[in-house]
Amino acid sequence: MMGPVLILGGRSDIGLAAAHALAKRGHPVQLAARNVQSLSAEKADIELRYNVAVSLHEFDALDVAGHEGFVDGLDVLPQIVVCAVGVLGHQAEDQRDVEAAAQVMRANFEGPASVLAVLANRFEARGSGTLVGISSVAGDRGRATNYIYGAAKAGFTAYLSGLRNRLAKKGVHVVTVLPGFVATRMTDGLDLPPKLTAEPAEVGEAIALAVEKKRNVIYVKPIWWLVMAVIRNIPEAVFKGLKL
Amino acid sequence: MMLSGWGRFPYQNCRVTKPTTEAEIAARIAEGRLIARGNGRAYGDSALSTTNTVDMRRFNRMIAFNGNSGQLVVEAGVLLSEVIATFLPRGWFPAVTPGTKFVTIGGMVAADVHGKNHHRDGSFGAFVDWIDLMGADGVVRRCAPDVEPELFHWTLGGMGLTGVILRVAFRLRPVETAYIRQTTIAAANLDDAMDVFEANQDATYSVAWIDCLSKGASLGRSLVMLGEHASPRDMGYPKRNTPYLVPVKRKLAVPMDAPAFALNTLAVRAFNAVYYRQGLKKAGTELVDWDGYFYPLDGIENWNRIYGRRGFMQFQCALPLANSATGMRALLEAISASGQGSFLAVLKRFGVQSGHFSFPMEGYTLALDFPVNAKTLALMAELDRLTVQNGGRFYLAKDSRMTPYTLRQADPERVAAFVKMRAETKAGAAFSSAQSERLGL
Ligand SMILES: Cc1cc2nc3c(=O)[nH]c(=O)nc-3n(C[C@H](O)[C@H](O)[C@H](O)COP(=O)(O)OP(=O)(O)OC[C@H]3O[C@@H](n4cnc5c(N)ncnc54)[C@H](O)[C@@H]3O)c2cc1C
Ligand SMILES: NC(=O)c1ccc[n+]([C@@H]2O[C@H](COP(=O)([O-])OP(=O)(O)OC[C@H]3O[C@@H](n4cnc5c(N)ncnc54)[C@H](OP(=O)(O)O)[C@@H]3O)[C@@H](O)[C@H]2O)c1
Repeated sequence: MMGPVLILGGRSDIGLAAAHALAKRGHPVQLAARNVQSLSAEKADIELRYNVAVSLHEFDALDVAGHEGFVDGLDVLPQIVVCAVGVLGHQAEDQRDVEAAAQVMRANFEGPASVLAVLANRFEARGSGTLVGISSVAGDRGRATNYIYGAAKAGFTAYLSGLRNRLAKKGVHVVTVLPGFVATRMTDGLDLPPKLTAEPAEVGEAIALAVEKKRNVIYVKPIWWLVMAVIRNIPEAVFKGLKL
Repeated sequence: MMLSGWGRFPYQNCRVTKPTTEAEIAARIAEGRLIARGNGRAYGDSALSTTNTVDMRRFNRMIAFNGNSGQLVVEAGVLLSEVIATFLPRGWFPAVTPGTKFVTIGGMVAADVHGKNHHRDGSFGAFVDWIDLMGADGVVRRCAPDVEPELFHWTLGGMGLTGVILRVAFRLRPVETAYIRQTTIAAANLDDAMDVFEANQDATYSVAWIDCLSKGASLGRSLVMLGEHASPRDMGYPKRNTPYLVPVKRKLAVPMDAPAFALNTLAVRAFNAVYYRQGLKKAGTELVDWDGYFYPLDGIENWNRIYGRRGFMQFQCALPLANSATGMRALLEAISASGQGSFLAVLKRFGVQSGHFSFPMEGYTLALDFPVNAKTLALMAELDRLTVQNGGRFYLAKDSRMTPYTLRQADPERVAAFVKMRAETKAGAAFSSAQSERLGL
């Protein structure tokens, strides 16, 4: 029997795509989201397609005090966790409004880090499990147009790297996903370059493969590795003058 | 954003939204004229609206399956490829399928698609139990052959112009394997090919590839392909033990805007090789897997790029049985004399058709591709004329350039009734595509 996969941010297009890819391989699914009852159509869909059980769990990433209780409330401790929680924010407004900026940082970093801490400890005690965190290439270098989101993702990326290092010898594996552009609800209305943009299903499949193959850090479209290598290597003196 | 159909002609600058809830669709309807879009596999401008193109692909959940009747209920944006991936391993296959699996179920209803079994089983609509449709007033109505039958029959083949299809219940057919027993028959000319179709009316599937370069006595030289769902007995060991399993194939991709000529030449070479081999025997039978049999072109990703940046058009007409022999001959003569278009065309026998606005009619249908240029446009106008002269009609899912006049000449009563229905139900003011505007529908 395969153990379940827990999707944190179960309404996310990427999270759902990961649920499909892993359910296809036989994993039961635990969908965790705010207002989770509205995901009953997703539950029926996944059950029908893959003949696996799907359970729904109320979850708010910002309710850090509730995270121990949330994990206790799961019917079984999952084998795999995919954290797809995130908000893009609105840079122009958030840079003027500290409270709004804090919300973006909390949803992308503090909340995910908190719930993964609880799960990491349980996995460590059990001696097995895989944690998948969806971070972003935006965290590789801060840019004027999205550095609040980017900074939070940078924190999350570092956090995942630290968890991986800590748990490497404890039977627990950590995957960092840096998806590049993905055509989801988050990016609706943005004019994304088609060659650099992945479909959620591609990301879901890449996540399932990364879990199977115990990959550490994945870029979904290989081209992004190159793009980011270039961006990271531009000297700061030049970088600060660029419009990106 | 710049958007086109599968033929990449015409492109239009469309406002596109991708709703996730029914309330959002209702809000779009309230904003003004819109058209629903599935997976963009119609060739022309059927799923384009500059003001309001509503991408339905987020409505992609399967809802229920009845393992006794084979009835599947899905949201309209579910792809046929997903239906097959889910249900073929359980012994079920679409009862009607077009030549690509990358279509949405909503798109299959809207075009009332036909498959290689139309002569026996009719079009997709024959297997649709009900449709949930959001109308001009934003209200969702369930329609079925016995509930709101008018709305049901206009929606099948109605090209999205009666409303937005939200959910569809349709029946799959049970199959014992994932394979088709294909019999290939070489026909020396058009009459010969039609004789083969007529003699094989009880075959489940039939379709012919015609060599458009053939002339004179061999005009219409073709390979007629008949197919039956294979049973495990048709398969050897060890395959017989896993009858639904098909080895994974590598996908080919068309890298850039590759020349059509190269691919066309390749296709003709393949045709000739099979033709001569077939000519030596009476008929050849082989087992072909479902993907290779129903969706040969799906194996080549982005094959629509072969005609280059200017894109291409498809011509598809149906002629009534009584005029099929003379009419098809006239069409093929015009095509072969012009030397334009793809080197191969598809010919198929249609059976009787129900539905108020669906394309098929009892007789024969012919389909082939053309690059977009002045010569081919002139030729297609001539093909239009010959079709009308022979009492035929045109497939809107393939059309990108017909005139409203041609459409009315070909199909005066049905077009008038369709326009009247659209006015009466207020659908005319709420749903329109670039195609419906061009054709005055
Ligand atoms: C390679 C290839 C082979 C084909 N072979 C065949 C064939 O053998 N037989 C055949 O019949 N057709 C065939 N077709 C045509 C294709 O089946 C139809 O055009 C089909 O409608 C495409 O579905 P789609 O989801 O891509 O819809 P789109 O192309 O996006 O839209 C097509 C029409 O359906 C409407 N529509 C789509 N979704 C909805 C919805 N939810 N509610 C209301 N209206 C909607 C649109 O408004 C539009 O008018 C073929 C096409 C290709 C590219
Ligand atoms: N799309 C891209 O181009 C892209 C690129 C790189 C990285 N990413 C990352 O990929 C992940 C998934 O994003 P997506 O593209 O799939 O977009 P999405 O559909 O908007 O998913 C984000 C999800 O996060 C959830 N969420 C936000 N705050 C939450 C909270 N406090 N508690 C619980 N859930 C919360 C949202 O839930 P609600 O539905 O309840 O709001 C939403 O389902 C995100 O971390 C995103 O940053 C996306």
